[in-house]
Amino acid sequence: MSKKKENLLKGFYDVSPLLLPVVPFGIIFGAIGIELGFGPYITYATSIIIFSGASQIVFFQLLSNGASSLIAITSSSVVSTRHLLYGAVVAQYLSKLSLIWKIFLSYLLTDQAFAVSQEFFKKNSNDVYKHYHLLGAGLTLWIVWQLTTVIGILLGSIVPEELGLSFTIPLTFLALLINYFRKIDHLIVIFLSGLSSILFYEAPLKSYIILSCVISLFIIFLINKFQKKI
Amino acid sequence: MTIWISIVIAGIINYLTRLGSILLIKPERLSESTKKILGYVPSAVFPAIIFPAVFFNETNTIVQINDPKIIGFFVAIVIGYISKNIILTIIAGLISYWIVIFLF
Repeated sequence: MSKKKENLLKGFYDVSPLLLPVVPFGIIFGAIGIELGFGPYITYATSIIIFSGASQIVFFQLLSNGASSLIAITSSSVVSTRHLLYGAVVAQYLSKLSLIWKIFLSYLLTDQAFAVSQEFFKKNSNDVYKHYHLLGAGLTLWIVWQLTTVIGILLGSIVPEELGLSFTIPLTFLALLINYFRKIDHLIVIFLSGLSSILFYEAPLKSYIILSCVISLFIIFLINKFQKKI
Repeated sequence: MTIWISIVIAGIINYLTRLGSILLIKPERLSESTKKILGYVPSAVFPAIIFPAVFFNETNTIVQINDPKIIGFFVAIVIGYISKNIILTIIAGLISYWIVIFLF
């Protein structure tokens, strides 16, 4: 098997356990769009144009609550700012790629694809075809997200609410951090970010995510700097 | 019509947040300490998604200490720590959450 194909399949394989919450979430999102009165075309268009579950939900919720377009756009954009950090991490490994590759892979840089591909990049930084891993993971998520949005639009909430499947979203992100559970510096960052997100949850424009990242990264930066001095 | 314009603007901004760093950051210009800090990005972003989803209810109020989500959260942490297995961690958290919901 060629290295390209191998990495592509590895991306698909690595991201597949993370599809567990994506499938019900996509269906629920499609159903919510219809329920809130946005109609099938607009609901589906957000999955292709915005292609970010969290931003799409924020966008629809705010608009349906009577917020202005400006507030809805700003909030969904503030929620997206975490991608700037993801981009900064993967940029270290993708800098030699052509512009076309960068333009295309950026569209596929979602939370889950970032999580699995940055692990792969770290371990395979010398592999010339390592970007095929992100392509495999990203395309898998893209296809599943498009399909499940359509299912939700057509069939409505076929996922029983009692199952509480929205709980699989935090569980998946928690599972993505298990490799860091034994590292004290990472545990400090995890705890600081989690605590900040609770404290700043009510901050305007859904800014608690980026606020928590900046606070926790800044404090670990200070800790590292202080440690070097002693 | 305005909603279509809003979606396109939101989509473009969202896309630019993904493209921006990939396009503009030159890795050779990054200092060692910056690279080290970037290594903490997953640990800095994911908890901000995890914690509010576990500790707040749909009504934006803090959950009780015996909430099924809290139980599932801690079971997942323990299983994750022991097993270091992603699928097992998710399944353990979900099953313990279901046990609390459906049996108690």
